[in-house]
Amino acid sequence: MVEIASLKKWIELFGEKVTENKEQLNKLDSDIGDGDHGSNLTRGAAAVKEKVSDAEYDNLSDFFKDVGMTLVSKVGGASGPLYGSAFISMAKAAKESDDAASLIEAGLEGIQKRGKAEAGEKTMVDEWIPVVEALKNGGLTQEVIQDSLEKTKDMKATKGRASYLGDRSVGHIDPGAQSSAYLFESLLEAGVLNG
Amino acid sequence: MGKEIGMLVVSHVNNIANGLSTLLDQVAKDVTIVPVGGTGDGEVGTDYERIQEAMDAFEEDKVWAFYDLGSAKMNLEMAMESTDKEVRLFDTAFIESAYTAASLLQADVGEDAIVTQLDELKVKE
Repeated sequence: MVEIASLKKWIELFGEKVTENKEQLNKLDSDIGDGDHGSNLTRGAAAVKEKVSDAEYDNLSDFFKDVGMTLVSKVGGASGPLYGSAFISMAKAAKESDDAASLIEAGLEGIQKRGKAEAGEKTMVDEWIPVVEALKNGGLTQEVIQDSLEKTKDMKATKGRASYLGDRSVGHIDPGAQSSAYLFESLLEAGVLNG
Repeated sequence: MGKEIGMLVVSHVNNIANGLSTLLDQVAKDVTIVPVGGTGDGEVGTDYERIQEAMDAFEEDKVWAFYDLGSAKMNLEMAMESTDKEVRLFDTAFIESAYTAASLLQADVGEDAIVTQLDELKVKE
């Protein structure tokens, strides 16, 4: 089961990583998108921190909902509704379960419902799908996170703004997959899975 | 409120949304046309809260929504999930289809006939 304290730590670490790597995320995004992914997530992370860091929560669902709604409202690009939908979907699932694999899987479903992306289309989903599989099998590792990220490099984008580039999108790591990798690295580091 | 259906036009840029609204007003003076463009702080992007508020504020029960690019659609879909309005979202060429819809709504052409005509302008999924 997961606990509020470690979830807060998770989201805090994620915010630190996207803020520290803001320019790198912008760079990845400018290669195949509009170049604002790092800036958008940094703004969103600051708003989330302000919203949840001092708030008291007596259940997981309220916490996830606050994170999700803040991301939807404060992140200007497509990543706002996508990450927001992930956490809102986790908020719904948290009413039934406190199992990390089930919650992250619900997050993936939220992203796919919103963005309609499938595996192999060079999107954040290509990071989330293998992570969910690994969590279900009890084996999420840094290697799983990094290998999945690297695999997006050779993919041709068929969803999202990068799809306009067609074949020219090959050879670039997907920025949404990179920020998702930070999210899951943070999940490991925060000890969410140790509960 | 002059017609049964109002129109919501959403762009990543405020000037684009406002400009399109100006264009539509010219052919559809009795149709409510509401532009929402850019983020709350005037940047390029789309803003869920502003879209939600605009959608809910229509006097009309039916709202037809038009948008420019992907994240506008995602934010519109989120707003649609929590509004009481009956919203129809068009994956059609932004300017051409909004112009067609506005002029046909103004002319009191039936809803089904307009939708059929707009289907031919579908360019997004």
